[in-house]
Amino acid sequence: MVAEHEVESHEEAANDRVGFGFWVYLMTDLLMFAVLFAAFAVLRDSTAGGPGGQELFKLPFVLVETLILLTSSFTAGIGMLAAHRGIKSQVLTWFGLTFCLGLAFLGMELYEFAEFIHEGHTWQSSASLSSFFALVGTHGLHITSGLLWMGTALVFIWKRGLNAPLVRKLTLLSLFWHFLDIVWIFIFTVVYLMAFV
Amino acid sequence: MKEFLLGKLDLDALPHDIFMIAGTASFILLGLFLIAVLTLTKRWTWLWKEWLTSVDPKKIGIMYFIVAGFMLVRGGLDAIMIWLQQALSSGDSHGYLSADHFQQIFTAHGNIMVFFVAMGFIFGLINYIVPLQIRARDLASPLLNTLGFWLYVAGVIMVNMFFVLGSEYAATGWLAIAPLSGTEFSPGVGVDYWIWSLQISGIGTTLGGINFIMTILKMRAPGMTLWKMPMFTWGSLFSMIMVVTVFPLLTATLFLLFLDRYFGMHFFTTDLGGNAMMYTNLIWMWGHPEVYILVLPAYGIFSEVVATFSRKKIASYKSQVLGMAGVSLFALSVWLHHFFTMGAGADVNSFFGVMTMIIAIPTAVLVFGWIATMYKGRIRFTTPMLWFLGFIGIFTLGGISGVLLAVPPADFQLHNSLFLVAHFHSTVIGGVLFGIFCGISYWFPKIAGFRLNERIGRNAFWCWIVGFSLSFIPMYVLGIMGATRRLDHYDASTGWQPLYIMMFIGGLVIACGVALQIVQIIASVIQKRRLADTTGDPWDGRTLEWATASPPPFYNFATIEPVTTQDAFAEIKKRGANPEPKYVDIHMPRNTSAGIYIAAFAFVASFAFVWHINWLAVVGIIGIIISAIARTFNDNVEYRIPAVVIKKMEEQRKKNAPAKVEEDGEDMSLWEFIKIVLKWAVDVVRKRRLKTW
Repeated sequence: MVAEHEVESHEEAANDRVGFGFWVYLMTDLLMFAVLFAAFAVLRDSTAGGPGGQELFKLPFVLVETLILLTSSFTAGIGMLAAHRGIKSQVLTWFGLTFCLGLAFLGMELYEFAEFIHEGHTWQSSASLSSFFALVGTHGLHITSGLLWMGTALVFIWKRGLNAPLVRKLTLLSLFWHFLDIVWIFIFTVVYLMAFV
Repeated sequence: MKEFLLGKLDLDALPHDIFMIAGTASFILLGLFLIAVLTLTKRWTWLWKEWLTSVDPKKIGIMYFIVAGFMLVRGGLDAIMIWLQQALSSGDSHGYLSADHFQQIFTAHGNIMVFFVAMGFIFGLINYIVPLQIRARDLASPLLNTLGFWLYVAGVIMVNMFFVLGSEYAATGWLAIAPLSGTEFSPGVGVDYWIWSLQISGIGTTLGGINFIMTILKMRAPGMTLWKMPMFTWGSLFSMIMVVTVFPLLTATLFLLFLDRYFGMHFFTTDLGGNAMMYTNLIWMWGHPEVYILVLPAYGIFSEVVATFSRKKIASYKSQVLGMAGVSLFALSVWLHHFFTMGAGADVNSFFGVMTMIIAIPTAVLVFGWIATMYKGRIRFTTPMLWFLGFIGIFTLGGISGVLLAVPPADFQLHNSLFLVAHFHSTVIGGVLFGIFCGISYWFPKIAGFRLNERIGRNAFWCWIVGFSLSFIPMYVLGIMGATRRLDHYDASTGWQPLYIMMFIGGLVIACGVALQIVQIIASVIQKRRLADTTGDPWDGRTLEWATASPPPFYNFATIEPVTTQDAFAEIKKRGANPEPKYVDIHMPRNTSAGIYIAAFAFVASFAFVWHINWLAVVGIIGIIISAIARTFNDNVEYRIPAVVIKKMEEQRKKNAPAKVEEDGEDMSLWEFIKIVLKWAVDVVRKRRLKTW
């Protein structure tokens, strides 16, 4: 009995550490985004005679993209509630939905990129476009790795069922997902909305 | 097809000039030698199981020391080559190096010394000592630790890869200032090697930073509040906080430079709206705090050493800690003093000039704290203490010249001159490198079980001091006389050559110092029975790393007893140790090869990016993802050692502890060492030894 209690407190301490460490990691990632934002702020008007954001961006499209990502954060939250209650089917459903929404978001982002490139506005055209593609693309890469992580976690939950380490991983994953959501809100504001100010 | 398979790689990439062939040959010979030794002694499995896949911070620390030690010699050879070129190349003589080659050498020298020597040693010391000082058994994330180490090794290999393939390193200075580092002016692979060696080792550093913050904040022994932490742990904590604050900036900046070079983007180019000055800002936002990342743990080492060898508590502990906090806070707002001449305007320059001068205040608090600790102490002048005293002198010189450079009008004169080079070598050699030597000689008995030879250590110390003065005091003078840095040739009418020759001689004296340090270690191994540390506490230490055996058992401490005071071990010695420790089960992390695999795939991907081999990059990235996934879903990462086993091991260890050796004679002198080596050599020549081999 004593030993079991010890194991539990040992596990709890490990959880506590990992959660804290993940927060620190998120802050380092945020600083990386800070550099990309700074670069964008410096270079946004260096369009080298090409079109600026005002001519390129289609706000309704980006708004839909934004709403999809925000919704996916919401479904991830509900999924976490289910995970804490230990209801496997609900976890699979809600996180499955999150996964699909994330995929849709990524698809829309890639579509937007493809459109720009098709029109001849590539990352090589100007410093302004370079910084746009780098910032938004880095966010997209993060979404991609989040999806990869989510996909493998879901497969494991499906096969092995919910256990404590998997719930811990889901908690970190949902933190990551919400973090990307917040970064996207800043991208939506700084990159897209402010282009029309 | 060829381009798809091999990217930019072709036969021209193979080494063809004498230096590159020599470099490649030495790498291959070293590799073959290691392989031969390991195969002959049948040590492969042992090496893999006991060391390479180990998650024990003590073993990882030792591996850091070994790699960083090799890199110290490697970077030192670069320094000698630079000095020799400058001593020769005046007037009609153009020395023995081409201008381009000379530029590559000083770039490599800077990168290797900062990233792979100083960072390597500092991370090694933190790995070994911090868990012992806070009475922890392992780190918060053993996996991140081995991964960080192997990424560092991947960076080390990457920075030396150009010898084998490409024959070209960056010729851009150690920070690869744009637009010089762009494709337009540096079309070869040199800058790519630079980017990726820093990128992978830098990511490893960030992971290490996260790990040590978790460890120090969450895994201290019960009762050890923040205000009871040893000074080295404090220094490491501040340093690691700075790591996670600024290394992401480096990662992002290198990423942008990579995008410029690989995808033809325009962040730092001269055309289509690129902004090269942004690069200078971004890289120094990381680059300046980086030197404080290196020096803060060194400050911690000095605080430990000065307290131990003055047999006193560190004076004004809290203001020392606040001094470190002040240094790390101000360090984030001084970066612009590296480019006052860029033209940011008088207001901006004044702000950063003032901030730079202010940072001298918390540093001075630390220096006065150390001096106050020595005041009325019973000082023992051991080698660690000598390194500390050498530090006080040289670092003060560097600090004063730094405050001078912080005045923008003075900086306009001295910018880019040898005065600046002399300044930062005074701080980095005097502060960081002497700190590392001080720490290694102080903790060597803990790590090896026997202390280092004092007499040869003193010889080495004096070689360093004399060599440093010979090479860097002329450098200050030359700087004021107008010699700019990175000169591969200068006019004879300047009259600089005698001073340059003096610098070269100083470099040779420093090389003698390094040779003596190697001799010191060998001589100590020969005499290791006499130098053995049987108590675990050879210096009458004050902090908890001395409370366990030397070298410590793999679980560090058999029992985790609560800590009640600062300088906890001094208190325990006064009070008497707990005679009947109560053993409980211990959880230890299992060894893992995930770190090696992930780092190896990261190396593959980086190599592919250097040579533009897209398919290989994809392979590398998929490899990283798969090894990471395989690891995260492995739940069997710990094992448990039952209390009875611990008890048995502890009793066994006490029984087997070597008896105290009688203190007869003295440490071997250099002369005696030479005699022993000569005698051994004569024996070998007479074939007596060969038979017994």
